[in-house]
Amino acid sequence: MASTMLSLASSSPSSSLSLREINKGKLNLGSASFIPCLDKDKCNPFLKNKSLGRISMTVAVNVSRFEGITMAPPDPILGVSEAFRADTHEMKLNLGVGAYRTEELQPYVLNVVRKAENLMLERGENKEYLPIEGLVAFNKVTAELLFGADNPVIKQQRVATVQSLSGTGSLRLAAALIERYFPGAKVLISSPTWGNHKNIFNDARVPWSEYRYYDPKTVGLDFEGMISDIKAAPEGSFILLHGCAHNPTGIDPTPDQWKKIADVIQEKSHIPFFDVAYQGFASGSLDEDAASVRLFAAHGMELLVAQSYSKNLGLYAERIGAINVVCSSSDAAARVKSQLKRLARPMYSNPPVHGARVVANIVGDPALFNEWKAEMELMAGRIKNVRQKLFDSLTAKDKSGKDWSFILKQIGMFSFTGLNKAQSDNMTNKWHVYMTKDGRISLAGLSLAKCEYLADAVIDSFHNVS
Amino acid sequence: MAIVRNVLAGRIMASRPSSMLIAARSMSSWWQSVEPAAKDPILGVTEAYLADPSPSKVNVGVGAYRDDNGKPVVLECVREAERRIAGNLNMEYLPMGGSLKMVEETLKLAYGENSHFIKDKRVAAIQSLSGTGACRIFADFQKRFRPDSQIYIPVPTWANHHNIWRDAQVPQKTFHYYHPATRGLDFAALMDDIKNAPNGSFFLLHACAHNPTGVDPSEQQWREISQLFKVKGHFAFFDMAYQGFASGDPERDAKSIRIFLEDGHLIGIAQSYAKNMGLYGQRAGCLSVLCEDEKQAVAVKSQLQQLARPMYSNPPVHGALIVSTILGDPDLKKLWLKEVKVMADRIIGMRTALRENLEKLGSPMSWEHITNQIGMFCYSGMTPEQVDRLTNEYHIYMTRNGRISMAGVTTGNVEYLANAIHEVTKSS
Repeated sequence: MASTMLSLASSSPSSSLSLREINKGKLNLGSASFIPCLDKDKCNPFLKNKSLGRISMTVAVNVSRFEGITMAPPDPILGVSEAFRADTHEMKLNLGVGAYRTEELQPYVLNVVRKAENLMLERGENKEYLPIEGLVAFNKVTAELLFGADNPVIKQQRVATVQSLSGTGSLRLAAALIERYFPGAKVLISSPTWGNHKNIFNDARVPWSEYRYYDPKTVGLDFEGMISDIKAAPEGSFILLHGCAHNPTGIDPTPDQWKKIADVIQEKSHIPFFDVAYQGFASGSLDEDAASVRLFAAHGMELLVAQSYSKNLGLYAERIGAINVVCSSSDAAARVKSQLKRLARPMYSNPPVHGARVVANIVGDPALFNEWKAEMELMAGRIKNVRQKLFDSLTAKDKSGKDWSFILKQIGMFSFTGLNKAQSDNMTNKWHVYMTKDGRISLAGLSLAKCEYLADAVIDSFHNVS
Repeated sequence: MAIVRNVLAGRIMASRPSSMLIAARSMSSWWQSVEPAAKDPILGVTEAYLADPSPSKVNVGVGAYRDDNGKPVVLECVREAERRIAGNLNMEYLPMGGSLKMVEETLKLAYGENSHFIKDKRVAAIQSLSGTGACRIFADFQKRFRPDSQIYIPVPTWANHHNIWRDAQVPQKTFHYYHPATRGLDFAALMDDIKNAPNGSFFLLHACAHNPTGVDPSEQQWREISQLFKVKGHFAFFDMAYQGFASGDPERDAKSIRIFLEDGHLIGIAQSYAKNMGLYGQRAGCLSVLCEDEKQAVAVKSQLQQLARPMYSNPPVHGALIVSTILGDPDLKKLWLKEVKVMADRIIGMRTALRENLEKLGSPMSWEHITNQIGMFCYSGMTPEQVDRLTNEYHIYMTRNGRISMAGVTTGNVEYLANAIHEVTKSS
């Protein structure tokens, strides 16, 4: 039966595919390479044109509907780890993905997390569906952690908080909210930024463009460029800011610069949209790392904040985070929360419970919370030590007089080395040091023991490759 | 009880006048145009139930299994799996496609333990956020690669199906399914709709234990549907949320899928462990698409991952570990199969009890459909007004389409429930 071929020509236009023309970007997507197809007459960039020529449905059952589908490109970040695993060289070093490693370069499960999980196991809690907005206890503690429990925005119940699938999921929900309620509004993202930001806004059909951020000449912040680009954006744009420990550069504005940024955003009636993936991880202090967000909230601005517990609690694979929308009234917050739920339901119905319980147990228990703070200081401390050792090795070995102090000035898990693509390739091909092509290295993957080797690799790539 | 009804109808959270904005704010809100969303018709029921102080309240709303004491159940095999994995493994990101082991075991359940499709690596599959996530990624995939296509959805269906394909921006059409007069399958109209749809249309089918009606095609009917699909060149997407839960036997519950596979269809499947492993809140599931060959499967999988990355990057690990621990250990797997059968049998027992009670009360209507239907739900045939009476007068919570979650029926409440149903339907 399976081999019977029935020939029935396709009778309806809706089942045949014709060759299409490329749509030259009706939506302004800045430098995006993705062009969305809103019209059925326009192009589908995901299919090879010639494969769209399959017209007849004669081979009814054994021919796939998805014949023309091409291989998606490897993810630029997650693909690095795959390449690293395949390398057999003894000196290989994985400075790709931002996952914390101990000095022995092993993954690290925080003690406080083990304790929380054992408590949960003992209690034998059930696995019922969470409400769409997530675990109530988690939502409470996550907002308090971010804004401070005494913050007026919390006391006045002006924050709509919805548990989401880590940072990515929080950003995606926010993007969907923007698309639905601010059609045509643009999001401005830093140049450079985390690679997945543009994918998120593209898939959510939210137009985006970039603001200047990284200055290759100083390997620091292009502050004038940033302010100028934010000023030039159409009023009511969403400005995506990294709360602390900018990814990929590690370059954060100073407190004074944050004040000026807040002023400009307020002046232009823009909406600040924070991505906070490293609270506690940057400086070692949860409160200090939330300073930028709290500054904006204190200005009385409405803002969005995406949070993640992947790094600071090592809960990467549990996918735990939250989207927070600070509104000017508790009524608006309630309405916004209801709409966030409506967007989440057709995405995944309700979020996963395990990670939420871990966070709620830790943050909600004073002893565990203090233990967490101590472990976080250790993790952030190890990164600072590694930065220092790398700086010392580079300065000692490099005779060119190049200023390597940016390594100490940058903060968080990543460092933007200033290496270009060819130089980054040299790092990998000659030295077996795996990093992303934009010159970003993850210091979380570096041990004190390997700093000298890395210094050699960096110096060689800088001076001998162009 | 008018409050309860209003809550369910989403009227409580109406917009308030802007004079309630905090005076100190000099800036008005960006979110003024945001209306309160209507309460989810299914999950909103449980919220209302929880808010009710009545001691005789009964929740037969959401489809989450309860034991005979009305308590949620964590399966023994799950507890054991959790003991084994606690604190052992690190929490590094799963690959975008999820846990390979979990996916492998999950495919065996749907396609067959020794399926040659799996051996030939023709199945493109990713771990998904339970059934919802699997349907959503498929809908997005359909939108991206078949932008001209529509989805045919049965009437009725799980309410969230409509939300999913709508938010994925895939146009929807419906096909006949439930026959109110017989409270069974409207097979003739179903086949008509399949025939009249343009060749190569995409259809959403419930593999077993149709939600909300509990009405499934017979094996013979499935064979006829499959044949007609071949003639028309249609694509079948199966939502299988209750494998094992319907008959108690996972192999039997996968029959519809196996028929389509034997007949040579290249199908898609959404699988969920929410009910059959009781992993509701863990969001563990799988999306698979059967392809022509390994090369195509690799390409399709890469594109499915590409859709997942900007939604959640990679799926949660905990539920996946539980699944692969259980299914990867022969003893635990045997225990699981036993526990699934216990759940299914309890439900079948409650169906019989409810029907017998109604017949004993002398109800003039026929209640055969309660035992004819299968799975967690019973489509009672009650009207929204009758349901409102059940809620307002008897504190019985269910969705207004008359769907009863049999999982919420116990030996302790079945008489009360039968009595209430009889009271509100006897004059109809």
